[in-house]
Amino acid sequence: MTRQASPRFTALPCGSAALLLELDTLDDVLALYTALADSPPKGVLDLVPAAKTLMLHLDASVTDPAAVERAVREVSPRSEDRSTGDLLEIPVVYDGEDLEEVGELTGWGVRGVVERHGAEEWTVAFCGFAPGFGYMVGASHAWSVPRRSTPRTKVPPGAVGLAGEFAGVYPRESPGGWQLIGHTELAMFDLDRDPPALLMPGTRVRFVDAGRGT
Amino acid sequence: MTGEHAAALTVVEPGALTTVQDDGRIGLARLGIGRSGACDRRSFDLANRLVGNEPGAAGLEVTYGGLRLRAERDVVLALTGARCPDVPHNAVFGLPSGSTLRLRPPVAGLRTYVAVRGGVVVPEVLGSRSTDIMAALGPPVLRAGDELPVGAAPGRFPDVDVAPVADPASGDLVVRVVPGPRDTWLTDEAWDALLHEGYEVTSESNRVGIRLAGPVLQRATEDELPSEGMARGALQVPSSGQPVLFLADHPVTGGYPVAAYVHDDDVDRCAQLCPSQRVFFRLAAGLRRPGPEGGPDRAG
Repeated sequence: MTRQASPRFTALPCGSAALLLELDTLDDVLALYTALADSPPKGVLDLVPAAKTLMLHLDASVTDPAAVERAVREVSPRSEDRSTGDLLEIPVVYDGEDLEEVGELTGWGVRGVVERHGAEEWTVAFCGFAPGFGYMVGASHAWSVPRRSTPRTKVPPGAVGLAGEFAGVYPRESPGGWQLIGHTELAMFDLDRDPPALLMPGTRVRFVDAGRGT
Repeated sequence: MTGEHAAALTVVEPGALTTVQDDGRIGLARLGIGRSGACDRRSFDLANRLVGNEPGAAGLEVTYGGLRLRAERDVVLALTGARCPDVPHNAVFGLPSGSTLRLRPPVAGLRTYVAVRGGVVVPEVLGSRSTDIMAALGPPVLRAGDELPVGAAPGRFPDVDVAPVADPASGDLVVRVVPGPRDTWLTDEAWDALLHEGYEVTSESNRVGIRLAGPVLQRATEDELPSEGMARGALQVPSSGQPVLFLADHPVTGGYPVAAYVHDDDVDRCAQLCPSQRVFFRLAAGLRRPGPEGGPDRAG
């Protein structure tokens, strides 16, 4: 029988009702997340994957962080293609306030940014920040856009943004530090829809130029 | 209001902020949706127990009193948490049809829990009746004229009629903390301040978190933190150096370091703090002082 590799992580303390695991790469996070989502250890209420970490929310009346950590070490991470079948097209008008600056920061120019953004196959790695907000990673792994040094107090709903290796769409008005390159009219989160969020881990996304860009 | 359960309670006056709350939404982090639910879980659970409800039945969370509630039929209630004058507290009582319950501003604590036997049965949103103020999910904040349907009385009877529970603290509160995932991000001086100085609750506090004011907590590093999962009780330190204690409606992920976590039971006590009260943080027994040079032993 071949031994599966144990997951490599550092367990960081978060009190009695949560545990934060720090891993090396986003791929490692998602491989462990996929395995745990399939069969969560006893007492694990929820999983929160992020860029370099995986948080587990625990029911402190039935388990404790040490027991959960031991259980996680026994799990075999699943390195598989995490994109689900669904491809979502998001129409974008490329009129964002930071589009020119992103053109300069990347060296691609405005036109280059718009073309690459639309040509890219994006996959939602994880969600967070607000209902319906998904952090998307591009298959080319070519994106690395610094956040704004001063976040905006108000980002309009539907704003399409970039930060680091991620693309995102703000589901509603909120503060935000991402570079805004456009906007979409698509409702990213709608309670009358099932499921209410368009973006969930694994959703594949392609942005479609919907009108006059610059 | 559905046709199923006629309105049993009418909100005559909602007070400053009254919301429906239950145990919250569990397991929806993949949608970016946090748990929400009652801020002071212990008081909420006690109220349900006093009226003989199933644990987790929805009730009302009343912030700083002001609520006036009229019974449209005989109902059985209990009030816990922040004590309002001239009404039964930590005890089960009947409110006859036509009578109005009036909650004046509390003499101790901030949040009063109202449980009604049968539970408040407004429609669920994503599996819960909790109002999440930050995500704007769940029943709307209560307004004058709102009618609240109440469910059928459960089979069990209340087994306790009065609970001898201490009132929330009205002065300084001492709270236990354990080191958090980013305890090494604060300087030694910052840890000195955090564990010895008082931090004052500001009026910018709400169900998302308690914003504290006190000696600035200096960072030990200039690094940026990639967003990561956060939990209730987190003591997060933004660039301002003024810590925030996360309550029920905290965001699922955050990009500022969490230096410590408040002990679960103490989070319930903190949920009763009013602006201008002070919090003193103490390391839970037996723990080594964290700081930039070395924190608690890490699993590798």
